Amino acid sequence: MAARVRALETILVGKGLVDPAAIDAIVETYETKVGPRNGARVVAKAWSDPAYAGALRTDATAAIATLGFGGRQGEHMRALFNAPGAHNLVVCTLCSCYPWAVLGLPPVWYKAPPYRSRAVIDPRGVLAEFGVTLPADTEIHVWDSTAELRYIVIPERPSGTEGWSEEQLADLVTRDSMIGTGLAKAPA
Amino acid sequence: MNGPHDLGGQMGFGPIAPETGEPYFHAEWEKRALGLTLAAGFMGAWNIDESRHARESLHPADYYRSSYYEIWIKALETLLTRHGFVTPADLAAARPVDAAAMPKRTLAPEFVPTLLARGGPCDRPIESAAKFAVGDRVRTANDHPTGHTRLPRYARGKFGAIVAVHEGYVLPDSNAHGHGEAPERLYTVRFPAPELWGASADPRSTVSIDAWESYLERA
Repeated sequence: MAARVRALETILVGKGLVDPAAIDAIVETYETKVGPRNGARVVAKAWSDPAYAGALRTDATAAIATLGFGGRQGEHMRALFNAPGAHNLVVCTLCSCYPWAVLGLPPVWYKAPPYRSRAVIDPRGVLAEFGVTLPADTEIHVWDSTAELRYIVIPERPSGTEGWSEEQLADLVTRDSMIGTGLAKAPA
Repeated sequence: MNGPHDLGGQMGFGPIAPETGEPYFHAEWEKRALGLTLAAGFMGAWNIDESRHARESLHPADYYRSSYYEIWIKALETLLTRHGFVTPADLAAARPVDAAAMPKRTLAPEFVPTLLARGGPCDRPIESAAKFAVGDRVRTANDHPTGHTRLPRYARGKFGAIVAVHEGYVLPDSNAHGHGEAPERLYTVRFPAPELWGASADPRSTVSIDAWESYLERA
Protein backbone atom coordinates (compact mmCIF):
# COMPACT_ATOMS: atom_id res chain seq x y z
CA MET A 1 0.00 0.00 0.00
CA ALA A 2 2.91 2.38 0.68
CA ALA A 3 4.01 2.09 -2.96
CA ARG A 4 0.46 2.50 -4.21
CA VAL A 5 -0.06 5.72 -2.23
CA ARG A 6 3.34 7.04 -3.29
CA ALA A 7 2.44 6.39 -6.92
CA LEU A 8 -0.86 8.20 -6.57
CA GLU A 9 0.84 11.19 -4.96
CA THR A 10 3.49 11.21 -7.73
CA ILE A 11 0.77 11.23 -10.39
CA LEU A 12 -1.31 13.98 -8.77
CA VAL A 13 1.66 16.18 -7.93
CA GLY A 14 3.13 15.64 -11.41
CA LYS A 15 -0.12 16.79 -12.99
CA GLY A 16 -0.24 19.85 -10.79
CA LEU A 17 -3.43 18.73 -9.06
CA VAL A 18 -2.05 18.39 -5.53
CA ASP A 19 0.65 20.37 -3.72
CA PRO A 20 2.59 18.06 -1.37
CA ALA A 21 3.01 20.94 1.07
CA ALA A 22 -0.78 21.02 1.42
CA ILE A 23 -0.69 17.36 2.46
CA ASP A 24 2.00 18.20 5.03
CA ALA A 25 -0.15 21.02 6.39
CA ILE A 26 -3.19 18.74 6.74
CA VAL A 27 -1.18 16.06 8.53
CA GLU A 28 0.43 18.59 10.84
CA THR A 29 -2.98 19.98 11.78
CA TYR A 30 -4.28 16.59 12.89
CA GLU A 31 -1.04 15.53 14.56
CA THR A 32 -0.54 18.66 16.61
CA LYS A 33 -3.56 20.98 16.67
CA VAL A 34 -6.83 19.04 16.57
CA GLY A 35 -7.27 16.23 19.07
CA PRO A 36 -9.19 15.07 22.13
CA ARG A 37 -7.76 17.89 24.24
CA ASN A 38 -10.27 20.09 22.42
CA GLY A 39 -13.18 17.94 23.53
CA ALA A 40 -11.78 17.67 27.06
CA ARG A 41 -11.93 21.46 27.35
CA VAL A 42 -15.56 21.40 26.25
CA VAL A 43 -16.42 18.78 28.88
CA ALA A 44 -14.48 20.51 31.65
CA LYS A 45 -16.27 23.78 30.94
CA ALA A 46 -19.64 22.01 30.89
CA TRP A 47 -18.85 20.53 34.32
CA SER A 48 -17.77 23.89 35.72
CA ASP A 49 -20.25 26.30 34.20
CA PRO A 50 -23.98 25.45 34.26
CA ALA A 51 -24.73 28.22 31.76
CA TYR A 52 -22.23 26.71 29.34
CA ALA A 53 -23.70 23.24 29.86
CA GLY A 54 -27.12 24.72 29.04
CA ALA A 55 -25.78 26.32 25.89
CA LEU A 56 -24.21 23.02 24.90
CA ARG A 57 -27.57 21.29 25.21
CA THR A 58 -29.33 23.95 23.16
CA ASP A 59 -26.79 24.51 20.38
CA ALA A 60 -23.63 22.44 20.76
CA THR A 61 -22.06 23.74 17.54
CA ALA A 62 -22.28 27.36 18.74
CA ALA A 63 -21.19 26.54 22.30
CA ILE A 64 -18.17 24.61 21.06
CA ALA A 65 -17.30 27.44 18.65
CA THR A 66 -16.98 29.84 21.60
CA LEU A 67 -13.92 27.79 22.66
CA GLY A 68 -12.48 28.13 19.17
CA PHE A 69 -13.30 24.64 17.92
CA GLY A 70 -15.28 23.74 14.82
CA GLY A 71 -14.88 23.12 11.13
CA ARG A 72 -14.32 19.88 9.29
CA GLN A 73 -16.32 17.00 10.81
CA GLY A 74 -17.62 19.26 13.53
CA GLU A 75 -19.93 21.46 11.48
CA HIS A 76 -23.10 20.16 13.16
CA MET A 77 -22.47 19.08 16.74
CA ARG A 78 -24.73 17.51 19.36
CA ALA A 79 -23.78 16.91 22.99
CA LEU A 80 -25.11 13.86 24.83
CA PHE A 81 -25.07 14.18 28.62
CA ASN A 82 -24.55 11.07 30.69
CA ALA A 83 -26.50 11.02 33.95
CA PRO A 84 -26.99 8.60 36.82
CA GLY A 85 -28.77 5.62 35.24
CA ALA A 86 -28.27 6.77 31.63
CA HIS A 87 -25.17 6.21 29.51
CA ASN A 88 -24.57 7.31 25.91
CA LEU A 89 -22.45 5.53 23.29
CA VAL A 90 -21.59 6.86 19.80
CA VAL A 91 -20.91 4.79 16.68
CA CYS A 92 -21.03 5.10 12.91
CA THR A 93 -22.16 1.71 11.61
CA LEU A 94 -22.06 2.81 7.94
CA CYS A 95 -18.60 4.38 7.73
CA SER A 96 -16.42 6.21 10.23
CA CYS A 97 -18.21 9.48 11.03
CA TYR A 98 -16.50 11.02 14.05
CA PRO A 99 -16.35 14.52 15.55
CA TRP A 100 -12.87 15.43 14.29
CA ALA A 101 -13.17 19.04 15.47
CA VAL A 102 -13.30 18.00 19.13
CA LEU A 103 -11.73 14.52 19.17
CA GLY A 104 -9.27 14.59 16.27
CA LEU A 105 -8.85 11.61 13.98
CA PRO A 106 -10.66 8.43 15.06
CA PRO A 107 -8.79 5.41 16.43
CA VAL A 108 -8.55 2.33 14.22
CA TRP A 109 -11.02 0.32 16.30
CA TYR A 110 -13.72 2.98 15.83
CA LYS A 111 -13.51 2.52 12.05
CA ALA A 112 -13.22 -1.27 12.09
CA PRO A 113 -15.99 -3.90 11.70
CA PRO A 114 -15.97 -5.33 15.26
CA TYR A 115 -16.99 -2.03 16.90
CA ARG A 116 -19.25 -0.87 14.07
CA SER A 117 -21.13 -4.17 13.98
CA ARG A 118 -21.51 -4.73 17.71
CA ALA A 119 -22.07 -1.31 19.27
CA VAL A 120 -25.72 -1.25 18.22
CA ILE A 121 -26.65 -4.87 19.02
CA ASP A 122 -24.46 -5.56 22.05
CA PRO A 123 -23.47 -2.27 23.71
CA ARG A 124 -23.01 -3.87 27.12
CA GLY A 125 -20.63 -6.46 25.70
CA VAL A 126 -18.73 -3.72 23.89
CA LEU A 127 -18.42 -1.65 27.05
CA ALA A 128 -17.17 -4.68 28.97
CA GLU A 129 -14.32 -5.02 26.46
CA PHE A 130 -13.32 -1.48 27.32
CA GLY A 131 -13.42 -2.36 31.01
CA VAL A 132 -16.66 -0.49 31.64
CA THR A 133 -19.36 -2.33 33.59
CA LEU A 134 -22.51 -0.37 34.24
CA PRO A 135 -25.26 -1.28 36.72
CA ALA A 136 -27.81 -3.65 35.15
CA ASP A 137 -30.55 -1.03 35.43
CA THR A 138 -28.57 1.69 33.64
CA GLU A 139 -30.13 2.65 30.30
CA ILE A 140 -27.71 2.61 27.39
CA HIS A 141 -28.49 4.98 24.56
CA VAL A 142 -26.57 4.25 21.36
CA TRP A 143 -26.34 6.98 18.71
CA ASP A 144 -25.57 5.83 15.16
CA SER A 145 -24.11 8.79 13.22
CA THR A 146 -26.00 8.16 9.99
CA ALA A 147 -26.15 11.81 8.86
CA GLU A 148 -23.89 14.86 9.25
CA LEU A 149 -24.62 15.42 12.95
CA ARG A 150 -21.55 14.62 15.03
CA TYR A 151 -21.96 13.51 18.64
CA ILE A 152 -19.82 14.12 21.71
CA VAL A 153 -20.63 12.42 25.01
CA ILE A 154 -20.38 14.57 28.14
CA PRO A 155 -19.38 12.02 30.79
CA GLU A 156 -20.43 12.37 34.42
CA ARG A 157 -18.14 14.51 36.53
CA PRO A 158 -16.11 12.31 38.89
CA SER A 159 -16.78 12.78 42.58
CA GLY A 160 -14.01 14.29 44.67
CA THR A 161 -13.33 17.07 42.16
CA GLU A 162 -15.19 19.88 43.90
CA GLY A 163 -13.40 23.18 43.43
CA TRP A 164 -11.10 21.89 40.69
CA SER A 165 -10.14 24.26 37.89
CA GLU A 166 -11.18 23.58 34.30
CA GLU A 167 -7.56 22.73 33.48
CA GLN A 168 -7.42 20.11 36.25
CA LEU A 169 -10.79 18.68 35.23
CA ALA A 170 -9.80 18.43 31.56
CA ASP A 171 -7.02 16.02 32.53
CA LEU A 172 -9.68 13.55 33.71
CA VAL A 173 -11.51 13.56 30.39
CA THR A 174 -10.35 10.76 28.09
CA ARG A 175 -11.08 10.39 24.40
CA ASP A 176 -13.03 7.21 25.08
CA SER A 177 -15.18 8.93 27.70
CA MET A 178 -16.34 11.33 24.97
CA ILE A 179 -17.19 8.42 22.62
CA GLY A 180 -18.96 6.61 25.44
CA THR A 181 -16.64 3.60 25.54
CA GLY A 182 -15.10 4.92 28.75
CA LEU A 183 -15.82 7.00 31.82
CA ALA A 184 -13.97 10.05 33.05
CA LYS A 185 -10.96 9.17 35.19
CA ALA A 186 -11.28 9.29 38.96
CA PRO A 187 -8.99 11.80 40.69
CA ALA A 188 -5.67 10.23 41.61
CA MET B 1 -27.01 -0.20 -1.38
CA ASN B 2 -26.85 -3.33 0.72
CA GLY B 3 -23.08 -3.16 0.77
CA PRO B 4 -20.29 -4.43 2.98
CA HIS B 5 -20.18 -1.13 4.87
CA ASP B 6 -23.62 -1.63 6.43
CA LEU B 7 -22.28 -3.38 9.51
CA GLY B 8 -24.80 -2.75 12.29
CA GLY B 9 -25.77 -6.06 13.91
CA GLN B 10 -23.50 -8.26 11.76
CA MET B 11 -21.63 -10.96 13.64
CA GLY B 12 -18.34 -12.78 13.50
CA PHE B 13 -15.83 -9.92 13.42
CA GLY B 14 -14.36 -10.77 16.80
CA PRO B 15 -13.18 -8.58 19.65
CA ILE B 16 -12.67 -4.83 19.34
CA ALA B 17 -9.10 -4.93 20.69
CA PRO B 18 -8.51 -1.22 21.40
CA GLU B 19 -4.84 -0.29 21.27
CA THR B 20 -3.32 1.43 24.30
CA GLY B 21 -1.65 4.74 23.50
CA GLU B 22 -2.66 4.44 19.86
CA PRO B 23 -0.80 6.82 17.50
CA TYR B 24 -2.79 8.88 14.99
CA PHE B 25 -1.01 7.09 12.14
CA HIS B 26 0.47 3.60 11.98
CA ALA B 27 2.61 4.23 8.88
CA GLU B 28 3.86 7.19 6.88
CA TRP B 29 1.64 6.25 3.95
CA GLU B 30 -1.45 6.71 6.12
CA LYS B 31 -0.52 10.38 6.53
CA ARG B 32 -0.23 10.79 2.77
CA ALA B 33 -3.53 8.90 2.29
CA LEU B 34 -5.34 11.34 4.60
CA GLY B 35 -3.79 14.40 2.97
CA LEU B 36 -4.29 13.16 -0.58
CA THR B 37 -7.94 12.35 0.09
CA LEU B 38 -8.65 15.81 1.50
CA ALA B 39 -6.59 17.67 -1.10
CA ALA B 40 -8.13 15.75 -4.01
CA GLY B 41 -11.61 16.28 -2.58
CA PHE B 42 -10.92 20.02 -2.57
CA MET B 43 -10.74 19.94 -6.38
CA GLY B 44 -14.54 19.98 -6.18
CA ALA B 45 -15.29 17.22 -8.70
CA TRP B 46 -17.16 15.08 -6.18
CA ASN B 47 -18.87 15.53 -2.80
CA ILE B 48 -18.67 13.64 0.49
CA ASP B 49 -21.66 11.47 -0.43
CA GLU B 50 -20.11 10.35 -3.71
CA SER B 51 -16.87 9.54 -1.90
CA ARG B 52 -18.69 7.49 0.75
CA HIS B 53 -20.50 5.62 -2.01
CA ALA B 54 -17.20 4.90 -3.77
CA ARG B 55 -15.88 3.35 -0.53
CA GLU B 56 -18.94 1.19 0.10
CA SER B 57 -18.91 0.07 -3.56
CA LEU B 58 -15.66 -1.86 -3.08
CA HIS B 59 -16.16 -5.59 -3.49
CA PRO B 60 -17.16 -6.95 -0.06
CA ALA B 61 -14.12 -9.22 0.12
CA ASP B 62 -11.86 -6.26 -0.65
CA TYR B 63 -13.69 -4.00 1.83
CA TYR B 64 -13.33 -6.45 4.71
CA ARG B 65 -9.67 -7.19 4.12
CA SER B 66 -8.74 -3.50 3.89
CA SER B 67 -7.91 -1.06 6.66
CA TYR B 68 -9.85 2.19 6.61
CA TYR B 69 -7.08 4.22 4.98
CA GLU B 70 -6.71 1.43 2.39
CA ILE B 71 -10.45 1.76 1.69
CA TRP B 72 -9.96 5.51 1.29
CA ILE B 73 -7.13 5.10 -1.23
CA LYS B 74 -8.94 2.47 -3.30
CA ALA B 75 -12.02 4.68 -3.45
CA LEU B 76 -9.89 7.73 -4.24
CA GLU B 77 -8.43 5.95 -7.28
CA THR B 78 -12.00 5.22 -8.43
CA LEU B 79 -13.07 8.85 -8.00
CA LEU B 80 -9.98 10.28 -9.69
CA THR B 81 -10.43 7.92 -12.63
CA ARG B 82 -14.16 8.53 -12.92
CA HIS B 83 -13.62 12.28 -13.08
CA GLY B 84 -10.74 12.22 -15.56
CA PHE B 85 -7.85 13.23 -13.32
CA VAL B 86 -6.08 9.87 -13.46
CA THR B 87 -6.13 7.11 -16.06
CA PRO B 88 -5.39 3.38 -15.86
CA ALA B 89 -2.19 4.13 -17.81
CA ASP B 90 -1.07 6.59 -15.11
CA LEU B 91 -1.72 4.02 -12.39
CA ALA B 92 0.03 1.24 -14.31
CA ALA B 93 3.10 3.43 -14.85
CA ALA B 94 3.02 4.92 -11.32
CA ARG B 95 3.68 8.34 -12.87
CA PRO B 96 1.78 10.88 -14.97
CA VAL B 97 1.21 9.57 -18.52
CA ASP B 98 -2.06 11.12 -19.70
CA ALA B 99 -3.37 14.66 -19.45
CA ALA B 100 -5.78 15.41 -16.62
CA ALA B 101 -9.16 17.11 -16.53
CA MET B 102 -9.08 20.71 -15.32
CA PRO B 103 -9.98 20.91 -11.61
CA LYS B 104 -12.25 23.67 -10.31
CA ARG B 105 -9.52 24.57 -7.83
CA THR B 106 -6.44 23.16 -6.16
CA LEU B 107 -5.48 23.34 -2.50
CA ALA B 108 -2.70 25.78 -1.64
CA PRO B 109 -0.82 24.99 1.59
CA GLU B 110 -1.63 28.40 3.04
CA PHE B 111 -5.34 27.77 2.54
CA VAL B 112 -5.35 24.52 4.56
CA PRO B 113 -6.12 26.15 7.95
CA THR B 114 -9.07 28.02 6.42
CA LEU B 115 -10.37 24.91 4.69
CA LEU B 116 -10.25 22.79 7.82
CA ALA B 117 -11.70 25.55 10.01
CA ARG B 118 -14.55 26.13 7.58
CA GLY B 119 -15.42 22.48 6.96
CA GLY B 120 -18.32 21.65 4.70
CA PRO B 121 -21.64 22.44 6.33
CA CYS B 122 -24.46 20.29 4.93
CA ASP B 123 -27.46 22.08 6.40
CA ARG B 124 -29.64 23.87 3.86
CA PRO B 125 -32.56 26.26 4.18
CA ILE B 126 -35.84 24.48 3.70
CA GLU B 127 -39.24 26.07 3.14
CA SER B 128 -41.65 23.33 4.09
CA ALA B 129 -42.88 22.81 7.65
CA ALA B 130 -41.66 19.75 9.51
CA LYS B 131 -43.88 16.74 8.83
CA PHE B 132 -43.12 15.21 12.23
CA ALA B 133 -42.76 16.58 15.75
CA VAL B 134 -40.89 15.33 18.79
CA GLY B 135 -42.77 12.38 20.25
CA ASP B 136 -44.41 11.30 16.98
CA ARG B 137 -44.29 7.59 16.25
CA VAL B 138 -42.83 6.75 12.86
CA ARG B 139 -41.98 3.70 10.81
CA THR B 140 -38.83 3.66 8.71
CA ALA B 141 -38.98 2.73 5.04
CA ASN B 142 -38.32 -0.86 4.07
CA ASP B 143 -36.59 -0.01 0.82
CA HIS B 144 -33.44 -1.57 -0.57
CA PRO B 145 -32.11 1.02 -3.03
CA THR B 146 -29.22 -0.07 -5.25
CA GLY B 147 -27.61 3.35 -4.87
CA HIS B 148 -26.32 5.25 -1.85
CA THR B 149 -28.52 5.57 1.23
CA ARG B 150 -27.93 6.30 4.90
CA LEU B 151 -30.74 4.19 6.32
CA PRO B 152 -28.96 1.14 7.73
CA ARG B 153 -30.49 -2.27 7.10
CA TYR B 154 -31.00 -3.01 10.79
CA ALA B 155 -33.27 0.04 11.07
CA ARG B 156 -35.50 -0.53 8.04
CA GLY B 157 -39.22 -1.17 8.51
CA LYS B 158 -38.91 -0.43 12.23
CA PHE B 159 -41.11 1.55 14.60
CA GLY B 160 -39.51 4.38 16.55
CA ALA B 161 -40.15 7.83 17.96
CA ILE B 162 -38.91 11.24 16.89
CA VAL B 163 -36.60 12.65 19.55
CA ALA B 164 -35.24 15.66 17.65
CA VAL B 165 -36.30 17.73 14.64
CA HIS B 166 -33.43 19.35 12.74
CA GLU B 167 -32.99 21.72 9.81
CA GLY B 168 -32.86 20.73 6.18
CA TYR B 169 -29.83 18.70 5.14
CA VAL B 170 -28.40 17.60 1.80
CA LEU B 171 -29.95 14.24 0.88
CA PRO B 172 -27.13 11.72 0.36
CA ASP B 173 -29.32 9.39 -1.72
CA SER B 174 -29.50 12.11 -4.39
CA ASN B 175 -26.23 13.97 -3.90
CA ALA B 176 -24.04 10.86 -4.13
CA HIS B 177 -25.20 10.31 -7.70
CA GLY B 178 -24.92 13.83 -9.06
CA HIS B 179 -28.67 14.37 -8.87
CA GLY B 180 -28.43 17.52 -6.78
CA GLU B 181 -28.54 18.25 -3.09
CA ALA B 182 -32.35 17.81 -2.83
CA PRO B 183 -32.34 18.92 0.82
CA GLU B 184 -34.87 17.39 3.19
CA ARG B 185 -35.59 17.86 6.85
CA LEU B 186 -33.59 15.60 9.15
CA TYR B 187 -34.86 13.90 12.32
CA THR B 188 -33.32 11.85 15.09
CA VAL B 189 -35.36 8.66 15.56
CA ARG B 190 -35.06 6.47 18.64
CA PHE B 191 -35.86 2.75 18.69
CA PRO B 192 -36.18 0.56 21.78
CA ALA B 193 -33.49 -2.13 21.48
CA PRO B 194 -36.07 -4.99 21.35
CA GLU B 195 -37.73 -3.40 18.28
CA LEU B 196 -34.44 -3.87 16.41
CA TRP B 197 -32.96 -6.99 18.00
CA GLY B 198 -35.85 -9.01 19.41
CA ALA B 199 -37.23 -9.90 22.79
CA SER B 200 -33.89 -10.82 24.32
CA ALA B 201 -32.54 -7.29 23.89
CA ASP B 202 -32.27 -4.97 26.90
CA PRO B 203 -35.67 -3.21 27.14
CA ARG B 204 -34.07 -0.20 28.85
CA SER B 205 -31.65 0.46 26.03
CA THR B 206 -32.20 2.30 22.77
CA VAL B 207 -30.55 2.96 19.44
CA SER B 208 -31.04 6.27 17.62
CA ILE B 209 -30.35 7.14 14.01
CA ASP B 210 -30.53 10.38 12.06
CA ALA B 211 -33.05 9.99 9.24
CA TRP B 212 -34.20 12.21 6.38
CA GLU B 213 -37.95 12.87 6.05
CA SER B 214 -38.37 10.56 3.04
CA TYR B 215 -37.02 7.65 5.11
CA LEU B 216 -40.03 7.96 7.45
CA GLU B 217 -43.77 7.52 7.51
CA ARG B 218 -46.23 8.22 10.31
CA ALA B 219 -47.10 5.17 12.40
